[in-house]
Amino acid sequence: MSLLINALEQGLVYGIMALGVLITFRVLDFPDLTVDGSFTMGAGITAALTVGGWNPFLALFLGILGGMLAGIFTSFLSTKLNILNLLAGILTMTLLYSVNLRIMGRPNIPLLGQETILDQFHSLLSGIGWGDYSNLIFFGLVLLFLKILLDLFFNTELGLALRATGDNEQMIVAQGVNTDTMKILGLAISNGLVAFSGGLVAQYSGFADVGMGIGMIIAGLASVIVGETLISTKNFLWVTTGVIVGSILYRAAIMLALRYGYNLGFKASDLKLITALIVIVALATPQVRDKLNFQLGEKVDFSNSNGRG
Amino acid sequence: MLKTERLTKCFFSGTANELVAVDELSIELGDGKFLTVIGSNGAGKTTFLNLIAGSLFPSDGRIFLDNQEVTTAPEHIRAKLVGRVFQEPGLGTASSMTVAQNLVLAYNKGHKGLNIGITRERKKLLKDELSQLGLGLENRLNEKVVHLSGGQRQGLAVLMATLTMPKVLLLDEHTASLDPKNAKKILDITERLVSEKNLTTIMVTHDMNQAIDLGDRLVMLHRGSFVCDVNGQKKEKLTVDKLVKLFSERDIVDDELLLTMRQ
Repeated sequence: MSLLINALEQGLVYGIMALGVLITFRVLDFPDLTVDGSFTMGAGITAALTVGGWNPFLALFLGILGGMLAGIFTSFLSTKLNILNLLAGILTMTLLYSVNLRIMGRPNIPLLGQETILDQFHSLLSGIGWGDYSNLIFFGLVLLFLKILLDLFFNTELGLALRATGDNEQMIVAQGVNTDTMKILGLAISNGLVAFSGGLVAQYSGFADVGMGIGMIIAGLASVIVGETLISTKNFLWVTTGVIVGSILYRAAIMLALRYGYNLGFKASDLKLITALIVIVALATPQVRDKLNFQLGEKVDFSNSNGRG
Repeated sequence: MLKTERLTKCFFSGTANELVAVDELSIELGDGKFLTVIGSNGAGKTTFLNLIAGSLFPSDGRIFLDNQEVTTAPEHIRAKLVGRVFQEPGLGTASSMTVAQNLVLAYNKGHKGLNIGITRERKKLLKDELSQLGLGLENRLNEKVVHLSGGQRQGLAVLMATLTMPKVLLLDEHTASLDPKNAKKILDITERLVSEKNLTTIMVTHDMNQAIDLGDRLVMLHRGSFVCDVNGQKKEKLTVDKLVKLFSERDIVDDELLLTMRQ
């Protein structure tokens, strides 16, 4: 039972990060690797300021702002300096490692004994006897709020223009939209969400560590892909739902692997290897399936392939 | 009103491969005028359109739209005055988005706020616009564009380009990748929308018959320059034979154009 609750809690809190990855990888078609750095940045700023005696809400808010700035920096490198988008993300991620160390002052900041947002919410819910589920409820509410906000945003004129930027740049420029602005906006929102997730994870796990963001992009991507495989639709409402479900399943799988992996001879240090393998399998599955269907002479729906018309 | 003054575009300038794609083109088109541009591959037709739309910036010369100089205005700013349909149906529409979403993006050209894109009233309005196309799209508002045929996509693209009454409509061989039946349909739709909205239009084509049938002025582009300009009554009486004669008088031998003529 506690394993299930843990998986749900983690799935929800990392789900915020996965929504951010969805915006760059899927909506904008901009493979943004800033995530590894902006996640830590959100966590680092939140932890450093909380320890410094700041209001934990303000600390988290500034952490989110830091992540947004990181996203803006990457999109600036890509749109204004014409640096390849993958490389732009890697550059930001790399320089953020040093920046995060500067912000934090040391590689690891424990939050023991600090009054975090989660603690405040816990004491609030303990009053009605729901203290055990306070993290779950808190993460659930935050994620639901952000999901609904995104669903609404991506159906506004601005949100539609952002989606079109990822689909067909030539078309949306001809409709009077500055695609550079759209990319900057998209990466700011995306990395803001990632940093939000990082700030909450720091409070949840009781520390911020300069290495905590390593491999985060893979986890986010895995959630997005698992979600897409389970719920295949382009209706945005269901896409975001799928990502959240994907994130929960992904965390559950990781926890099971950590718990029972020893029986199969795995070590805790093999986790990143397994994670990457999961993503590779998930990415390859649709193509292998199409190929098999084709060889079996079944009807193949080419409209589902990734080709752009 | 569209005016270009000695518009020039030179690629790879200063190198051995220097190429003057558009060479000092000056033209003036009054409101509601329809210009057809013919020329073979590499004549500079698409470069000319790209310069007007702002996808490329000229090496020299100036462009005026609606009495404003737009020579250095970025493409997305200029797009508010320019409607454009590309040769490939895929280029003018966003394939993973629905018909309604695509139209809403065209409907709010330039201005993108935080209002919900597709409202009930807007949907009704878009439905009316679509039903006038006669392509059966009015009942497929919520369908993704990727599921439409090439003809339907191009019809949608033409509607999107003309929805906000642009100051100039640019058609870049927009029926060239369609089968003859659909090409005819799209051409009819284009002609009707252009005359209904009295749009200033430039249509590039390498089909002589198309260039003769449509529009009230015809120019031929050859190696970046206008080599023939047929206007008014002369244009109405123009036939393929007369056109070919004009070319030979000017000593232009172009196998590709002659081949098109024989079709």
